[in-house]
Amino acid sequence: MNNTCTCAPELKEKEKQDGIKELKEFIKEHKLLHDKQGALMTVLHKVQEIFGYIPREAMDVVSESLGVPTAHIYGMATFYNFFSLKPKAKYQISVCKGTACYVAGGARLLERVEEELKIKLGDVTPDGLFGLSITRCLGCCGLSPVIQVNEEVFVRLVPEKIPAILEKFRKQEKKTK
Amino acid sequence: MQKKIIYLKDTDSTQQDRVNDFYTLFSNELRDTNLIEQASVVRIADMGLYEKGVAVKILPENIVYTGLKNTDVKKIIEETIKGNKVIKESLYEKKSKQMRAVLKNCGYIDPESLEDYLAAGGYKALAKVLLEMKPEQVVEELKKSGLRGRGGAGYPTWMKWNFARGMNSPEKYVICNGDEGDPGAYMDRSVLEGDPHSVLEGMIIAGYTIGSSKGYFYIRAEYPLAVERVQKAIDQAVEAGLLGNNILGSNYSFELEIRLGAGAFVCGEETALIASIEGKRGTPHPRPPYPSVKGLWEKPTIINNVETLANIPQLIFGGGAKFASIGTEKSKGTKVFALTGKVKNSGLVEVPMGITIREIIFDIGGGILNNRSIKAVQTGGPSGGVIPQEFLDTPVDYENLGKLGSIMGSGGMIAIDETDCLVDLAKFYLKFCVDESCGKCAPCRLGGYQLLHLLEKISEGKGEMEDLDKLKKISYAMQKASLCGLGQSASNPVFSTIRYFEEEYKKHIIEKKCPAGKCKALIYFKILPPKCKKCGLCFKNCPSAAILGSREAGYVIDPIKCVKCGLCFDVCKFKAVTKE
Repeated sequence: MNNTCTCAPELKEKEKQDGIKELKEFIKEHKLLHDKQGALMTVLHKVQEIFGYIPREAMDVVSESLGVPTAHIYGMATFYNFFSLKPKAKYQISVCKGTACYVAGGARLLERVEEELKIKLGDVTPDGLFGLSITRCLGCCGLSPVIQVNEEVFVRLVPEKIPAILEKFRKQEKKTK
Repeated sequence: MQKKIIYLKDTDSTQQDRVNDFYTLFSNELRDTNLIEQASVVRIADMGLYEKGVAVKILPENIVYTGLKNTDVKKIIEETIKGNKVIKESLYEKKSKQMRAVLKNCGYIDPESLEDYLAAGGYKALAKVLLEMKPEQVVEELKKSGLRGRGGAGYPTWMKWNFARGMNSPEKYVICNGDEGDPGAYMDRSVLEGDPHSVLEGMIIAGYTIGSSKGYFYIRAEYPLAVERVQKAIDQAVEAGLLGNNILGSNYSFELEIRLGAGAFVCGEETALIASIEGKRGTPHPRPPYPSVKGLWEKPTIINNVETLANIPQLIFGGGAKFASIGTEKSKGTKVFALTGKVKNSGLVEVPMGITIREIIFDIGGGILNNRSIKAVQTGGPSGGVIPQEFLDTPVDYENLGKLGSIMGSGGMIAIDETDCLVDLAKFYLKFCVDESCGKCAPCRLGGYQLLHLLEKISEGKGEMEDLDKLKKISYAMQKASLCGLGQSASNPVFSTIRYFEEEYKKHIIEKKCPAGKCKALIYFKILPPKCKKCGLCFKNCPSAAILGSREAGYVIDPIKCVKCGLCFDVCKFKAVTKE
């Protein structure tokens, strides 16, 4: 039987080993607080920093070294917004849902992106390339509606322009490969 | 004689003409009087003054004249430039209603330099405390000062410290609460980023007073710059012997560490914050026992807000009596507000307690944008309430705001004008509280959700009169039965909007109308044929192709396709589109 947990997807083998090694060293070096559990927040911040999310394997490592049940760590990771159980995509698309963009048709941009990528809000494409989220306001209301892909902002959009933007990043990805 | 510089600016508007005229006048006058060697005129972009007519600032004396007329130019050149005399009639006197105490160093010193802070009188209070004062005396000074917690509830700081001081325990902790989660409030961030040493100094004094040797800074992970600067400040203080063993040669030792928050609003509540530092989910637990008795790892702990701690150094240095001379009878000192919303000048303001809300909004904030009229002021963020415009002359202090059904809170202040819908506002804040509720206690978890559901129903035009009673009932239950401050105050926005604006709720329920035109389900757009010039602008701009017609036949809006975005209303130059 496949014994993988659905809450946290598998990592690539090499990345996983490197990350876990780094994590173990961090825990060893890190001065423990009053009791071992007190170090949990700091350690989880480190896990998030190394992997970009909280993978199941890292939870187990943290659990063993701090003597805290994995279930408790899972509880922490789901309680705090800052920690994530899903890997972040390479290109995170944020559709602005600020008032100005909303008025200018931001909702239709979101629909189109969902349609193109065949994912829902908050999800990541199976190849890990694109993730979709909304943001409250990017502060460029004069150029609405806008979307942001990683650091890059695309302004005055219409849904028809979405495929070209996605294609641009796909091409960029092919080049780097 | 040192060369003078005349800075010139039209503070009324950005009309270039008037400034240029004055520039020519000044230049000509200087040339005619052969003073070109002694003075030069410079047009500048900003003087920090607004709506004061044409203004000049003359350096190096730093004389500011405002409201100048063409005829004044000659006089200024004659008397001030040549004769070094001040013309009293035109002189601008600064009448700022602000008073910078907590923010006094912010923007004036380099926050990453310990030397700058020392030069501004920093750590003198710490030296005074360690070398001259006993812990009891510090508490006594605090009591005299009347300082109350700036985090929201306004609990007297001296009582908190005194409880913890009286506890017999070998381990005690000091925590600085920098988990500022209020949307629209950033006072703590500014202090941590602009003057981190002042908070550090306050924490060391707190530690000495209660007999603690360990302190934690709890800062939001969303404030990376604040974290970086506080860490730098700690390192500098350790190196300078202001932290660590035997501080300043005394017997007192204290160490500090930073803990990061992880994006949970409820962690601003003290028991939840403690749970978070202990490596648990940030859920609150019932009080008593209060943290000053049983806090972090069950040891006596004091938790103070950033702004409270930043008040400590100047309070100790100047003495409690001096601190108490500012403010009202029960609320002393100054308070920092984050003034936002529909005001002309938004930003951080620090004012003495007892100033009226009207003074903050109109004298400091410059009034309401687009010269609309003010409807209400919201204070205290998602835990606060609204104060309608009739009560704008109320002096700001803990008691008065409480009486009006709002709270001081951490210091968010949002001006609301006639185009804002109060039902919508209550819904916005409630949505926030529902998202952030930790889910531990039923009144908050379920009550908040039900309130939100009812408000949504009302704003969609499906409300019934009995919903108002339900809203009141659930709000009341949440206030009484919730475990922590979040749940107890989550219904405040609903309570206070119903209290003052019941009429507006009734309009939504009975007439199915939103007077402010905010609730989408209750507004309709229409094109008035007599006014329509058939220009087609609305047709071009409509995002949902809901406008039908042609330039010959005129246009109509299809109510089924209309998404009520209001774009047609905004673009129409002839006011032919109406909203009702």
